[in-house]
Amino acid sequence: MTTAIDVRNLTRRFGSFTAVESISFDVRQGEVFGFLGANGAGKTTAIKMLIGLLAPSSGQASVAGFDVSTNPDDVRRHIGYMSQRFSLYEDLTVRENITLYGGIYGLTDSEIRDRGDALIGTLQLGRSSDERVESLPLGWKQKLAFSVAMLHEPAVVFLDEPTGGVDPITRRQFWEMIYTVAERGTTVFVTTHYLDEAEYCDRISIMVDGRIAAMGAPAEVKQRFGAATLDEVFLGLVRPAGVQTPQSA
Amino acid sequence: MRLRVLRFLLRKEFLQIVRDRTLLGMLFIMPVIQLLVLANAVTFEVKSARMYIIDKDHSSMSRGVATRLAASGRFVPTESSPSMAEGDEAILDRRVDLIVVIPEGFEREIVRDHRAPLQLVFNAEDGAAAAVMQTYANAIVMNYAGELGAEVSPSVVTKLSVGDGGAPARGHPVMELRRRGWYNSELDYREYMVPGILVVLVTMIGTLLTAMNIVREKEAGTLDQLNVTPINRSTFIAAKLIPLWTFAMIDLSIGLVVARFVFHVPVLGSLVLVFFAATIYLVGALGIGLWISTVAETQQQAMFVTFSLLMVYLLMSGLFTPIRGMPVWAQWTTEINPIAHFVALMRAVLLKGARTRDVASHLAALAAISSVVLSIAIRQYHKRSA
Repeated sequence: MTTAIDVRNLTRRFGSFTAVESISFDVRQGEVFGFLGANGAGKTTAIKMLIGLLAPSSGQASVAGFDVSTNPDDVRRHIGYMSQRFSLYEDLTVRENITLYGGIYGLTDSEIRDRGDALIGTLQLGRSSDERVESLPLGWKQKLAFSVAMLHEPAVVFLDEPTGGVDPITRRQFWEMIYTVAERGTTVFVTTHYLDEAEYCDRISIMVDGRIAAMGAPAEVKQRFGAATLDEVFLGLVRPAGVQTPQSA
Repeated sequence: MRLRVLRFLLRKEFLQIVRDRTLLGMLFIMPVIQLLVLANAVTFEVKSARMYIIDKDHSSMSRGVATRLAASGRFVPTESSPSMAEGDEAILDRRVDLIVVIPEGFEREIVRDHRAPLQLVFNAEDGAAAAVMQTYANAIVMNYAGELGAEVSPSVVTKLSVGDGGAPARGHPVMELRRRGWYNSELDYREYMVPGILVVLVTMIGTLLTAMNIVREKEAGTLDQLNVTPINRSTFIAAKLIPLWTFAMIDLSIGLVVARFVFHVPVLGSLVLVFFAATIYLVGALGIGLWISTVAETQQQAMFVTFSLLMVYLLMSGLFTPIRGMPVWAQWTTEINPIAHFVALMRAVLLKGARTRDVASHLAALAAISSVVLSIAIRQYHKRSA
């Protein structure tokens, strides 16, 4: 198995505050990797470094085989990204958004048309394809954003809280989409607040105060912490009372 | 820069602008309204200034002076007496705006010597208005003198100017003006202001909309989404600047049409030259907008920074006040003020019919300023925060 994401002692400081402190992990190709942590634990900062929006203070990271510090544009060509805020263009139609991102990633006109048709078919957006995205319900928007992020068939896709605020049925469909792309070999790096979703991941890591406090397959992590659910693990780590943590602030 | 990617981005930008009704209103209706309102309100025009006549000569020529002034429509004789003291009182009471003193022997001296003195006393509380009244009065008197084949040298006295306690200083030529309005013979201030207001409009459109447009994408999170794509910096910037540049040029065209056909502003020079200069100027104006978008995080901030900057630029541009009236250090700053160069160029080309070589120094300055501003802005723009 090849390594899709390789992170070594990655650190990011903002002045005297260390948002991400020397984290190391790797993610295999085709793996669904859950990146968990409380708000402010440093998840978003870590993701921003991996997708080239933020320069690391120290340490190395490579994504899809390219170093994020030295070859950020090669990284960008091989990743997809969907942020927690819906970030397609609300004032463009479904089709126009697809065409725009297809064009940006250098797809040919026929690729844009064919993949766009397939995408609209899968999402059953046929009737809405010429409507502005702002008129779609949130769940549809999120599924569309994910599909658009996959349009150029990236090696790695980063999903930052993709299911925030959507209903359980849509969440379920969303995870089916995630599995589909993972089966096709795309590495999925996903952050979430829903610990039941974390159970769907091949492996997870839990970030606490800028460090990775636990990592492994969900069952492994539960076993190591002697907990019945990931909820317990998470609460124990985030509010360190009795459970040992690498960093008790 | 990849042209194919640029094409997709341009299509997106144009679609977004065309679908934004508020923006379209700003782009197409506001310029016309602003031009109509500003051009009529922002004026140093003096109409119906109240005039006190002190005619000590009682000749046909002395009456001729008063009649000519009144006939111009600029001045209305409201009071008269032979007494200077009463005239002074009238001006101190602000019942009149100026006093015309025609001394005894006026006609006789014109016939004999072909020259005669004449005194104009102005209320200079509003310095700009006094200067305008003076220019008009001077022009009318000179004109009349010309008809008589004589030379009349009006001496000018200002009253109530700042620091002046109001003590009458009569018979005391403060200055002798011999100005003629060469290129704006009617001294129509709208003609003078409209080219300047056109500059303000394209500047606002160029700078403000550029800043707002990019910051809006920052706020919406779509900028981050674009920044994780492999688009390169120059493609992104070109895609942002080309549409807004196009719309600013369309605005300039609308403005020129309104100026020409509503205000009858002469277009003596080449329109090609006007648009060529605007092309260069707008690169700088848009560059400033781009720079603002790199420092502002919200649209409010962008708007605030834009207005603060433009306010300073405008006030120091010579649009509202003559550059030669500024302190020396301020005159120097106008050399690096793109608005000052473009206002001067627009006035020269539209009102005087200046040709490329007449305004070459302005064009060169604009080109230099624009390239510096744009390169600073591009350097400042980063896909990745440090």
